[in-house]
Amino acid sequence: MAILVIAEHDNTALKGATLNTITAAQQIGGDIHLLVAGFNCQPAADAAAKVAGVSKVLQVDNAAYEHQLAENLAKLVLELGRDYSHILAPATTTGKNFMPRVAALLDVAQISDITAVEAADSFQRPIYAGNAIATVKSLDAIKVITVRGTAFEAAEQNGSADISSVDAAEDLAISQFISEEMAKSDRPELTAAKVIISGGRGMGNGENFAMLEQVADKLGAAVGASRAAVDAGFVPNDMQVGQTGKIVAPELYIAVGISGAIQHLAGMKDSKVIVAINKDEEAPIFSVADYGLVADLFDVMPELQQKL
Amino acid sequence: MKILVAVKRVIDYNAKVRVKTDNTDVDLSNTKMAINPFCEIAVEEAVRLKEAGTASEIIAVSVGPKACQEQIRAALALGADRGIQIETEDSPESLNVAKLLAKIVEAEQPELIIMGKQAIDSDNNQTGQMLAALSGMPQATFASEVSIEDGKAQVTREVDGGLQTVAINLPAVVTTDLRLNEPRYAALPNIMKAKRKPLDVKTPADLGVELKQHTQLLKVTEPAERSAGILVSSVDELIEKLKNEAKVI
Ligand SMILES: Cc1cc2nc3c(=O)[nH]c(=O)nc-3n(C[C@H](O)[C@@H](O)[C@H](O)COP(=O)(O)OP(=O)(O)OC[C@H]3O[C@@H](n4cnc5c(N)ncnc54)[C@H](O)[C@@H]3O)c2cc1C
Ligand SMILES: Cc1cc2nc3c(=O)[nH]c(=O)nc-3n(C[C@H](O)[C@H](O)[C@H](O)COP(=O)(O)OP(=O)(O)OC[C@H]3O[C@@H](n4cnc5c(N)ncnc54)[C@H](O)[C@@H]3O)c2cc1C
Repeated sequence: MAILVIAEHDNTALKGATLNTITAAQQIGGDIHLLVAGFNCQPAADAAAKVAGVSKVLQVDNAAYEHQLAENLAKLVLELGRDYSHILAPATTTGKNFMPRVAALLDVAQISDITAVEAADSFQRPIYAGNAIATVKSLDAIKVITVRGTAFEAAEQNGSADISSVDAAEDLAISQFISEEMAKSDRPELTAAKVIISGGRGMGNGENFAMLEQVADKLGAAVGASRAAVDAGFVPNDMQVGQTGKIVAPELYIAVGISGAIQHLAGMKDSKVIVAINKDEEAPIFSVADYGLVADLFDVMPELQQKL
Repeated sequence: MKILVAVKRVIDYNAKVRVKTDNTDVDLSNTKMAINPFCEIAVEEAVRLKEAGTASEIIAVSVGPKACQEQIRAALALGADRGIQIETEDSPESLNVAKLLAKIVEAEQPELIIMGKQAIDSDNNQTGQMLAALSGMPQATFASEVSIEDGKAQVTREVDGGLQTVAINLPAVVTTDLRLNEPRYAALPNIMKAKRKPLDVKTPADLGVELKQHTQLLKVTEPAERSAGILVSSVDELIEKLKNEAKVI
């Protein structure tokens, strides 16, 4: 049994979720190969070779894979993946984009967003915004799986796998990358942060998020948001935590001016410690909070920033 | 340009699901059902493209038991022109749904297919991508902006790091994210009119698709409950607890 894991990277470094996906692969058990498909991606391939548990890195270096376009990447994975028992990728927006194409082309199901490995063919996955956990058994010969990063530890990076370069490129030329607008921040990435402080509609406007940023800087935290705060234009979309945004599970999650709708809870209720700051003591967020403070956030945030 | 939209009947986003006591599934009896919110956004986008003169006809398709005709009618009330129900016992697995939709695509030859990025019940986020692959089409998932020009769609996508813009050749599949648009409410006269719009019913056999089982649901359980926490009375107490009790700062 051999497992093919598709690395997520930006050609220079691996994305953290790749390390969690390797751990899921180790729990399934078998020889693990890590595919790095990109352009000028030698640094990413070198990083991949250091991931513990990986026996071989497959590197495909071609302009067709520079931006991980789903059409080209799925075709490549289809060609390389036929002889594996499992094909795994992180359940990030990149993995969610190309993996279902791989599954469809192989005529197999995709098991999406798994949170536990029960056996080599059975997996747990949350459904209904995490209000139920399904245990699903795959009946297919090749199991195509996306992995929820927060549910698995990150693999160590003290390995030394061989890198073999594969020549298999094809540009289908039906889709084209035009541009991207990536958020730049010195703070940790949301899905990897140990502490997250998130703001909701109660923040009132985008400028007030500066109060969260000041506290975040003291705690080395990332800043997140509810959908209402994103929809209102306070902050950009990549900050949305929830069922349809990012799934996070930090050591500490501080929800400020967030009511706690089930769609928001779905994205953060596996955090180790949850703090809720809300002026409405009836807000549902208090039902999942370890520590609740019923107060006006405009009083609390400056005080917190000063006292930390 | 003809547009196909796929609409799924799901639990209303406000309703809370219960897990059956025998752990075989969730209990949806007497639960309020609705059109999947992302599918509603898909219909709205199609209607806006028609209002702008870009689209000429909108077909709404749903796969499932007869009850999903309600969601097709809801799409017709929002402005779709005709509906197709593909009659199945339950909501089949995503790959089967994609195969059925691929046959409709083959027959109807739409230039654009708009679907939700994910259904809020099974949260799979895969059917649109599967359909695109089966139909040999490009895709733009998680769309927050779509414009159609010269046989191509230019789509801005919500990705983990921010926003990405791609251009895809038509025909293509686009899946919607939350901020693509804000769906309108159907006006009463349009709800009445929708009742008279054509709605075809087809079976998988009519389409020549054999539904295969790829996954087996072994059990459905409740998620781990969080134990109740405490209320603190001041910022000082909060900091003290986080430092000394939870030891997270
Ligand atoms: C507990 C449980 C666990 C399951 N686990 C899996 C699993 O791991 N893998 C798997 O392949 N299947 C699984 N299934 C089956 C799967 O959820 C199907 O029931 C589902 O209909 C397929 O669509 P989706 O919800 O996954 O669609 P998504 O891919 O999340 O939906 C995207 C879009 O596809 C379109 N669409 C989806 N279904 C329909 C439809 N019936 N009619 C019209 N348009 C539609 C809509 O536009 C929708 O917005 C599971 C089912 C249950 C009950
Ligand atoms: C299909 C679908 C998908 C969704 N996906 C997501 C998702 O991924 N993530 C997500 O977050 N939501 C999601 N939602 C939206 C969700 O249902 C809620 O609408 C949203 O989470 C509410 O955001 P909020 O808590 O910031 O706003 P509100 O519910 O308006 O809550 C604001 C809170 O701030 C408090 N407040 C106001 N002023 C102050 C003050 N001065 N001091 C202290 N507290 C104050 C109020 O008491 C209130 O509790 C989704 C909805 C749908 C339909």
